[in-house]
Amino acid sequence: MLDKFGIAKRIAREVKDGYYVNLGIGIPTLVANYIPSHLSVMLQSENGLLGMGPFPFEKDIDPDLINAGKQTVTMIPGASLFSSADSFGMIRGEHVDLTILGAMEVSDKGDIANWKIPGKMVKGMGGAMDLVASAQNIIVAMQHCNKAGESKLLPECTLPLTGVKCVKKVVTELAVLDITEEGFVLLERAPGVTVEEIRERTAGRLVIKGDVPEMVL
Amino acid sequence: MNKVVSNAEEAIRDIQDGMTLMLGGFGLCGIPENCIAALVKKGTKDLTCISNNAGVDDFGIGLMLQQKQVKKMISSYVGENAEFERQLLSGELEVELIPQGTLAERCRAGGAGIPAFYTPAGFGTEVAEGKEIRYFNGKPYLLEHWLKADFAIVKAWKGDATGNLIYKGTARNFNPMMATAGKITIAEVEELYPAGALDPNEIHTPGIFVQRIFQGNNYEKRIEQRTFLSE
Repeated sequence: MLDKFGIAKRIAREVKDGYYVNLGIGIPTLVANYIPSHLSVMLQSENGLLGMGPFPFEKDIDPDLINAGKQTVTMIPGASLFSSADSFGMIRGEHVDLTILGAMEVSDKGDIANWKIPGKMVKGMGGAMDLVASAQNIIVAMQHCNKAGESKLLPECTLPLTGVKCVKKVVTELAVLDITEEGFVLLERAPGVTVEEIRERTAGRLVIKGDVPEMVL
Repeated sequence: MNKVVSNAEEAIRDIQDGMTLMLGGFGLCGIPENCIAALVKKGTKDLTCISNNAGVDDFGIGLMLQQKQVKKMISSYVGENAEFERQLLSGELEVELIPQGTLAERCRAGGAGIPAFYTPAGFGTEVAEGKEIRYFNGKPYLLEHWLKADFAIVKAWKGDATGNLIYKGTARNFNPMMATAGKITIAEVEELYPAGALDPNEIHTPGIFVQRIFQGNNYEKRIEQRTFLSE
């Protein structure tokens, strides 16, 4: 089984040289730490920054340079700055190669819910709906089950949707799964996790083809 | 052409109860601190505020919420504010949540004379309820309408007497689009120059969109998440 760092590490293997990548808040943010340094990758922050770098040293903190999680950040050589309209133009116009975000629920059709729990305080969708509606390549980083032990990989989402038929791949602490017309296709098992455990914790349609290899991290 | 006013109080002098305002900024980054302080002091109320976020409890638009000056917020994310939550749950405050890219584009459309446009964001979700759906190349899109405001209030780094503006870092965010969509646009800047002092090649917002400009003071630039590496 993976911890959140393991999930981030596995997702980092999906990042290719030359990619422009948007990382959501939470586990997706950690992916940046595991992108191999020989790859040339530009991180997009939807508040208007392409080429986001690591956190600054304390003496270099600039309140006018933050990421979409409102954290102080830096820029790498080749970075650029722009308005929110241009930023979402990049996103809607399918110029961003890979979007990685968290989710509360994902369905076996690729629907995603990650912005609202009815009856609780609603904080808003931020840029999530724009991202999932337009990105061609969306990977969800999430826990396989909620705190009550119930599967978050479902036949249908029960929470209000963020987008429909958009998620292509899910990486959890247990598995890597593609989402196709057939449902969740099990691609890899986390170290020490059996197919049976994954089957038990996946409520949506699960497709298992032949031997499922263990993840390489 | 001189659009310079002396301070925030003069810039906001004719903002009336019940008006619709756009306020630039993302989180607390690039917000018009001086004008917000002046609005709090003036006590203008029943305002509809279009802004990506609603500030935090004791800064930004949060200060206006504390004084119960806001009737309605139009935002994409409002999660950092306990007083906001209290007013929302008690029914004192109305909220319209809009996908962030749609919010940016609706402001841009308002300033550019585009009454409506199609966007994929929100298809199949509650955001699409009651909206026209149209398919282009087999993909569904929602019809979204422009946003305009009685006053747009923006913050820039540098500006000149003719209203030209240059933003800094990610403090640009919603400011350029909002600057175009106000009947009257007020810009507060950190550095105000005479016409001709700024390089025309570097202007982000051309002065035609700005009616009033002043040099702000005492910028706090509060940081929400102070993240840094240890040396």
